[in-house]
Order: sequence, then C-alpha cells, then structure tokens
Amino acid sequence: MSIHNVIQVEGLTKKFGDFTAVNAISFKVEKGEIFGFLGANGAGKTTAMKMLIGISIPSSGKATVAGFDVFTHAESIKKSIGYMSQKFALYDDLTVKENITFFGGIYGLSRKRIRQKSAVLIEELGLEKVANKLVGALPLGWKQKLSFSVSMIHDPKIVFLDEPTGGVDPITRRQFWEMIYKAANQGITVFVTTHYMDEAEYCDRVSIMVNGKIEALDTPKKLKEQFKVANMNDVFLKLARG
Amino acid sequence: MSICVANISKSYKNVKALQDISFNVKVGELFGIIGPDGAGKTTLFRILTTLLFADNGRATVSGWDVVSDYKNIRKSVGYMPGRFSLYQDLTVEENLQFFATIFGTTIEENYDLIKDIYVQIEPFKDRRAGKLSGGMKQKLALCCALIHKPKVLFLDEPTTGVDPVSRKEFWEMLKRLQQKNITILVSTPYMDEAALCDRIALIQDGKILEIDTPEAIVKHYPKPIYNVSANNMYKLINSLNAYQYIHSVYPFGEFVHYTDKRAEFNAVELKLYLESKNLSNIRIEKTVATIEDTFMELAK
Ligand SMILES: Nc1ncnc2c1ncn2[C@@H]1O[C@H](COP(=O)(O)OP(=O)(O)OP(=O)(O)O)[C@@H](O)[C@H]1O
Ligand SMILES: [Mg+2]
Repeated sequence: MSIHNVIQVEGLTKKFGDFTAVNAISFKVEKGEIFGFLGANGAGKTTAMKMLIGISIPSSGKATVAGFDVFTHAESIKKSIGYMSQKFALYDDLTVKENITFFGGIYGLSRKRIRQKSAVLIEELGLEKVANKLVGALPLGWKQKLSFSVSMIHDPKIVFLDEPTGGVDPITRRQFWEMIYKAANQGITVFVTTHYMDEAEYCDRVSIMVNGKIEALDTPKKLKEQFKVANMNDVFLKLARG
Repeated sequence: MSICVANISKSYKNVKALQDISFNVKVGELFGIIGPDGAGKTTLFRILTTLLFADNGRATVSGWDVVSDYKNIRKSVGYMPGRFSLYQDLTVEENLQFFATIFGTTIEENYDLIKDIYVQIEPFKDRRAGKLSGGMKQKLALCCALIHKPKVLFLDEPTTGVDPVSRKEFWEMLKRLQQKNITILVSTPYMDEAALCDRIALIQDGKILEIDTPEAIVKHYPKPIYNVSANNMYKLINSLNAYQYIHSVYPFGEFVHYTDKRAEFNAVELKLYLESKNLSNIRIEKTVATIEDTFMELAK
C-alpha cells in the first residue's frame, strides 16, 4: 500500500438480505484530499461510509482506512478518524461546553487537553456567548460547524462528513466549507457527501454512485469535460438516473 | 385569497420569532419563504397549520381563521414539517395507507397526485420507513402530505437531503399541482428553488425584508458583481478577503463572486494584487446577481 493513500477500497460490497446496497466499489483517496462522495438518494453513500468508519461489517471486498483493515481493525479505525453523521451529531440537551467535554472524553483526551481544546474551539467558532446554552437552541448551521469541530477534537487523520450542510443557509454553508478547506490545508483528508452541486466543485475529486456502484470518478474539471457539460449539476443529471 | 397573514407576532421566552408579519397568497400561487436558520419560518408554518397560537395578529387559510376554524383547516391542508414524523416501524406503503385513512380517502383515489414521486420509492414499498435513506424518507413524507388532495400545501424545507435530479422532478411536480389550483407555501434553503417560485418573501430574525417576484428581487441587487477564478480556490478566497477594497466574496461553484467597495471597480488592479499573492490563471468577468447573492447581501 502506498503511504499516500489513506483510504483504499476494492470490491467493497454490502447486502441487506438479497438487496445489494453497495455493489463492489473500488477507489483510493490520498492524504489531504477533499473527496466528494456523491450520488442520488438511496445510491448507497451512507451505507458505504459506515463500512469505512468501522461500524458496519462489509459483506465482501477489501478496505483499509488510515492503514487499518475494516474487517480486523475496526476499533483502531474509529480512533484515527472523525465522523459526522447525516442525522445525529450532538446532544441537543447538553450545552455547547458539555458536548465538547463529552466527546473529548469519548476520544480519551485528558481533562487538561479537553479544557484547552474547548477554549480554542469556542473562540474559533465565535460561540463565547452561547457556550453555556443547550445545543438544541442553536441554529442548525452553528450546530453543524460545532459538530464538525467536535468530530476533529482528537486530531484525526481523516474526517467523514455525511451531508454536513444539508438544510444549512447559504452563508453558513460557505463558512462550513472554509473550515473544510482549512482542515485539508493542514493535511487532514476530508471525505464528504453533499447534494449541493456547487459544493461538488470545491472537491479535489468526486465520485458519483448510482444504484450501489461508482459510475464516475475524477476531478470536477475532468468530469465536466468527459460529459461535455458546463457544471457539476449537469454531470449529476446525466448520470444519476442510471 | 388563499392565505392571509395580518400582523402576526410570536415570541418564545426571550426570542422574538415573528415580528408583525403580513402577506397574502393567491389561490394557486407558489409562494416561497426564504430565510436563514432560526429566521422564524417553521414558527410561521406551525401557526398557519393551527399547531401553534400567535401572540398577536390574525391569519386565515382558505377563508378559515387559524384559531376559531382550526378543524376545517386541518381537514383541507397538507403539511410536511421539516422534521417529519413518519412511522419508522411501518413500511412505506403502510405509512401512506395510514395518512390516506385518517383523511377518509384511499391511495387509489389520489394516486395521480403523488405518482411522479411515489414511483421512485415504490420498489421499496415493503421496506420499513426507518430503513430508507434520508432522501427517500423525504419523498415518502411528501406523498403522505399530498394523499388527501389538500387545497393548500405547506412544505417546510421539503427538499433538504433530496438529490439534484429528484429536486428537479419535485419542482416539476409542484408546478403541476399548481395547475390543479393547489396553493403552495414552501420554505427552502436552496436558492435555485427560490427562483422557481411565483413570489418569495425574504425573512430574517422574524421580520420580512422583502416580498416580490424572484426577477424583481434580483434586480434590486445594489452592486456590480464579478466572477473571479484562479488556480487555487482556498488561497483566492483568503487573498480576496484581505484585499482593501473588498465588499464581499462568496464561493459559487468554480468561481467566487466578488463585489467591490468603490463605485469604480478596477479589474486590472485586482489582477495585479492577486498575482502579487502568487495566484495564477486569474480570470475576472462581470456576471449577474442571483437570488443567493441578494439573500447573502441582505443577511450580511
Ligand atoms: N439496515 C438496512 N436494511 C435494509 N436496507 C437498508 C438498510 N440500510 C440502508 N438500506 C437501503 O440501502 C440503500 C442505500 O441507502 P443509503 O442510506 O446508503 O443511501 P444514501 O446514498 O446515503 O442516500 P441519501 O442521499 O438519501 O442519504 C437504500 O435503498 C436503503 O433503503
Ligand atoms: Mg445518506
């Protein structure tokens, strides 16, 4: 395995009964890359991501994440990655500070380290005024930014973001992407799904899944050339209905 | 008028969720409520669907008062809340069946209304709703809100989590529902969808900033706007943000949209500046404002 490929996937498959949700997908992701993982509803993105982060056992195929095998070293994977789920991100009934402390604890950070991280994080996100408020009372966009920071509290090598900007307003969405750029700039690999096609343009490379299979994978520029269209939205429209 | 809202206000403990909101929606109109998170959109939907009382003001839906005639309203409107409440342990078909039954109708009777969306999830009709993907749930929730052929349809962020192809089909369907004289009040975080409404209200902090057709709203954009691109997006944004004459910079797909503080913008000067920041392949071209630009300018 090349040391530069932090994710290596070959023939990865997931079946539920006789339904194949992820059908023999193969790809590699390099260190520091922003990798956009696109596809229509039900294409299998979340299912694939769950296998990569070690919380769902593949039916067949091979995959290593951060150098660890998803079959045999799922626990080590969980410690070296961050994950922001499509639905659940933070505890609504805990305050901002309590959430940070809680997740810091889960990742085994020392109390001192948690205190430091907490202060830095709250300042960077401009959450000083609401640090002791319940997360449930925050606007969605703020929650998502906090959630992203919390998913990186243990300085992971890779973060997996499942639709982090779904429903987020235009300004906050852009602030979120600035955070992604910043992380990638520091060498963190970002694996992200989105249904916003302007965001697909911000990725270094993009894959498009259709009915469990990866049907296209390249830089946004090359994909637009390949399908002879002006933007990623049209690339998606051409592919997604199979 | 299909929906009349007059001077509606609503506060929670110390938050003014809605402040003196007024607007009217005509029968068969597709009316968009556009605003950032926490602007008060969901509060407005809940008041109009009789699930919440306003502190002040009046509102009617199909001529019925939201307070005194709430029963009639509940019978004749469809509501798809942002955080919807499907029955996770019922199958796709059972969920739909359930909503049809409580409104005294059948799936067959109004099948043509939901067909375009339903065919996409029909192959999975025996799957429990809890096991659907995020966007598939959203489609099912919409079918459930439509199955009793409502006169007025309230859709609170119906396409959040829905993929681009399905969003397109979804809006084509809304246009067809409109032809059947169904009034639609819809909120969305997608600005390209705002452009598809007959009229939109931009709301922020519980107040309406502007109500007009999308075309008119875009015309009100105050500044010339430029597409800028270079070899490195992240560096480009950071450099523009540090430029002394910047008014705003926002990434827009493969470009950023830039506006300048001064009345006379100098493209050559900006190009030189960006080159001094070690950027290359610099392009600067005038472009037209979109609803998204207008929205971000107003919300600034
Ligand atoms: N536990 C499960 N049992 C049965 N089917 C499942 C299960 N989990 C997921 N599926 C099915 O697998 C397919 C892929 O779902 P997945 O959630 O991965 O899609 P997705 O690409 O993330 O879609 P979205 O964009 O809507 O989030 C869907 O048909 C879904 O219903
Ligand atoms: Mg998903």
